[in-house]
Amino acid sequence: MFRLTPEGAARPPLAFTFDGRAMTGRAGDTIAAALLANGVAACRTTPVSDAPRAPYCLMGACFDCLVVVDGVGNRQGCLTPLEDGMRIESQRGRRAVAELAS
Amino acid sequence: MTPLADVGRLAGSYDLVVVGAGPAGLAAAAAGAESGLATLLVDENATPGGQIWRAVTTTPMKRRETLGEDFWKGADHVARFDRSNAAYAPRCTVWSLAADARDDGLIEIGLSMGGKARMIAARQTILATGAQERPFPIPGWTLPGVMTAGAAQIALKTSGAVPDGRVVVAGCGPLLYLLANQLAAAGANIVAVLDTTAPGALRSALPEFGDFLRSPYLAKGLRLVAQARRKLRFVSRVTALAATGESRLEGVRFARGGGVDERIACDALLLHQGVIPSINLSNAAGCAHEFDETQHCWRPRLDDWFCASMAGIAVAGDGAGIGGAESAALRGEIAALGVAARLGRLDAGARDARAAPLRAELARCLRGRRFLDLLYRPAPQFLAPPDDATIVCRCEEVTAGQVRDAARRLGVTGPNQMKAFLRCGMGPCQGRLCGPTVAELIAETRDMSLAEVGAYRLRPPVKPITLGELAALPQTEAAIRAVVR
Repeated sequence: MFRLTPEGAARPPLAFTFDGRAMTGRAGDTIAAALLANGVAACRTTPVSDAPRAPYCLMGACFDCLVVVDGVGNRQGCLTPLEDGMRIESQRGRRAVAELAS
Repeated sequence: MTPLADVGRLAGSYDLVVVGAGPAGLAAAAAGAESGLATLLVDENATPGGQIWRAVTTTPMKRRETLGEDFWKGADHVARFDRSNAAYAPRCTVWSLAADARDDGLIEIGLSMGGKARMIAARQTILATGAQERPFPIPGWTLPGVMTAGAAQIALKTSGAVPDGRVVVAGCGPLLYLLANQLAAAGANIVAVLDTTAPGALRSALPEFGDFLRSPYLAKGLRLVAQARRKLRFVSRVTALAATGESRLEGVRFARGGGVDERIACDALLLHQGVIPSINLSNAAGCAHEFDETQHCWRPRLDDWFCASMAGIAVAGDGAGIGGAESAALRGEIAALGVAARLGRLDAGARDARAAPLRAELARCLRGRRFLDLLYRPAPQFLAPPDDATIVCRCEEVTAGQVRDAARRLGVTGPNQMKAFLRCGMGPCQGRLCGPTVAELIAETRDMSLAEVGAYRLRPPVKPITLGELAALPQTEAAIRAVVR
């Protein structure tokens, strides 16, 4: 999706996982930017039709970059700075009632 | 400047709270603090600069020519704010703003920071929430691979990242040409710039050309367009546009002047047709708004000191009407003088004397803006998508056809009623990405003006906040008595 310029790649690396896969971001990245630079095509599926979505505006307006960060859902990936060791998961469709009850 | 990393370290009340750390907010907070007011600047992002000066203190793109001199001007504004006595809460979201029910003179502000909510009070507020890109609803715009041009610019500024593979940039307006040049300079493979500027727009803009000739925009703008045209494949008079692909973007389909469909395979499509004020917070606070016919968008109704219809709330910068970074900083400065006078730090004479040169500079900055607004006003088919299958509300996946049908057959006359029928505007973005389009479709179907149709009436929280955060807020005696029996 995105690639780092030499200047972008020169920043210190940060390790994180996305849906269990090990990835490397860079200091100063937001979660959304790190996912795009790691070639992640879609970070969530929609609650209405399960359509894949990716970050769209990167400025906090569109909410298409919603992800699960360390177990907390509905986080705006474009407003959350990436931290070393973060466990990020894609947000899949709508939440089931059983899951809400547990 | 004192940075605050925890919501608990904020004071319970401030003379002035400024929302947004872009050009207007930085100037307003610095000026407020310099005049002796206890000032807090809150901002959603981790570093100051807003969108236009995004990551100006931290960007890896240090070669000055890549992002251009207008970007680097932001460093001086951040430095001035850094030298001030203002408190600064980055990564802090404002989710409500209203007159304090317990104290007539105060504004109560709901904040969230690091997963913890807090209510604080302000004697005066300046909303500097800036602009967002105008929605650009075309078939396929929800596909991964389609983004706004501003998004690509943010990725470049913050992370030094450029879209990979074949990139198409589409739309109109100065920011589009600026971005195309910036991305090309950073090494992106831009295979085409599809220009949607309406052929008739130049005619309607021409009466304003005299002002434009004497404006600071002229040389800058001509240089940008000439640069883009010289280096990149520039396709003019694009009248239809669609993103194609199954689960991700594979290409773009377009037509020129009603001609045959043409196709370009691409990996990224960057859309842009100008910016509009971000009015979610001022709208939810209950301030009166008016429709700006020239800029074709809603903006808060303000007086000469940028005060909104509700006491204690001023709006400065592009959130009050699009004028660009320089004008935003000046408006922030003027708004802060108004606050200082209202709080007794300046008498009216000193206020007016200090504002006079700023207002003269502001007039100079805004000269020629009308020409640009009219020239780059989006063509009707890009405001109200002709193809009924086009998704209009990205959150709830409501199509243009559904909105037209509800307006025609069910007689829905406004965006708020439309919410009840279709749920458009009720997803997490709260109408930021569909509000203008839904209004356009109603206006078109029912032959009404946009001013008559109106806009979504928004309510706090304007940004999502967890139930746990709300529940953990300290409750007033009255609130407890209202529910405990």
